[in-house]
Amino acid sequence: MGEKVLLLVGTKKGAFILSRDTSRSSWSLRGPFCDTWPINHVVGDSASGAIYAAGGNEWFGPAVWKTTDFGESWTHSSEGLSYPPEEEPIKMVWSLAPAARGAGKTLYAGVQPAGLFRSDDGGASWHHLSGLRDHPSRPEWQPGGAGLILHGLVPHPEDEKQLWVAISAAGVFHTADGGETWEPRNRGTRADFNPEDQRYPEFGQCVHCLVTAPGMPDRLYQQNHCGMYRSDDGGRGWESIEAGLPSSFGFPAAVHPRDPDTLYLVPLNGDIAGRYMPEARAAVWRTRDGGRSWDALRRGLPQQNVFYGVLRQAMATDRLDPAGVYFGTGSGSLYASADEGESWTCVAEHLPTITSVETLVI
Amino acid sequence: MIEAAKPAAGHAVVLLPPALVNLFPGAERRVELAASRVDEVITALDARWPGMRDRLCDSRPSIRRHINVFVDGERANLDTAISAGAEVFIITAISGG
Repeated sequence: MGEKVLLLVGTKKGAFILSRDTSRSSWSLRGPFCDTWPINHVVGDSASGAIYAAGGNEWFGPAVWKTTDFGESWTHSSEGLSYPPEEEPIKMVWSLAPAARGAGKTLYAGVQPAGLFRSDDGGASWHHLSGLRDHPSRPEWQPGGAGLILHGLVPHPEDEKQLWVAISAAGVFHTADGGETWEPRNRGTRADFNPEDQRYPEFGQCVHCLVTAPGMPDRLYQQNHCGMYRSDDGGRGWESIEAGLPSSFGFPAAVHPRDPDTLYLVPLNGDIAGRYMPEARAAVWRTRDGGRSWDALRRGLPQQNVFYGVLRQAMATDRLDPAGVYFGTGSGSLYASADEGESWTCVAEHLPTITSVETLVI
Repeated sequence: MIEAAKPAAGHAVVLLPPALVNLFPGAERRVELAASRVDEVITALDARWPGMRDRLCDSRPSIRRHINVFVDGERANLDTAISAGAEVFIITAISGG
């Protein structure tokens, strides 16, 4: 093996990096990084080894931070990360994704108010892919609870012209031409908050998390404000897979690194019920058959008085075998499983609110 | 507290907040520069420490909501005039949680 797992953690007060030795037993934590700015997403680019952190500060605005020495030193930039003067300025950066075939230089950033940017120089400068905001539906996009945010970025693993994005609360959009033109991909997903005869609109759904499946580029999963869904045709049509779950509401979803039928979720008790663990007992829910059936994974997780939630970007898997699974809570606890979710250990607590968890294996 | 000592002839003295200076390696709390408006101060700062404009101004463009600029004790905006010898305080307002 000899591989080392880094956990990249975004919080309301900076980024943290946890590293685990190759025996997979103990973790060490470093941080907070990024001058304790609110950080929404921290990602690693396995092609270059660079780590990027996306966020925004009430004083100094949005920026993407970067380290090429695993956190020892950081730079930040927002060059080009702006809208024209007549538009509402960008408040924060919410999501990052290295291009699947970008050779370590190309990455995408999703921002608030919702829009998409691309960098071709490793995050030093950015340009707006304005086609998304030129979509005719844009004047009708409505903000979700966290604002009008582009929080989900799913580059196609093989075709660099294809990309899916998730916007709260405008829904899922897809481009096949590198971001010039877009189409909504929400058919079959509900908007229960709309009037009864308008619950399956073309756009306007409150998607919470969008992920793709390994080896099946046209398979997508989404946790929605209103249900859990799978698509096997690139999002053209969605099928509900929420039967067997304790709730149709939750935020994160994380797919297994090799098995497209294995997915992890953290259902919460409901959007108007407090948004914490169902019955105040912590569980990660796993399907091994693409969402046809679900099992609760509880070993090692607290089973009473659990009133935390897990945010949309705060769960991840690694690519080891067996796969590691990780999630961070709104209350600042970080849990890890080294056995595909069968058992869990709390590896950090008392952190600020955890907004994101990603892995980088080096 | 840093002192706003008398600047060189024709220059204003600009005092920067620690949280900003920390973002730019080598930046100093006290800067002397020639400028006739606040916007020119920002331009001059950005020339010394590339990217500093984005931290102080948004894309409208205007000074960010939680950044305050005072020229000789008066609240200023990007168009505020600056005379030689003026004192420009850039301050992070109360914010956060």
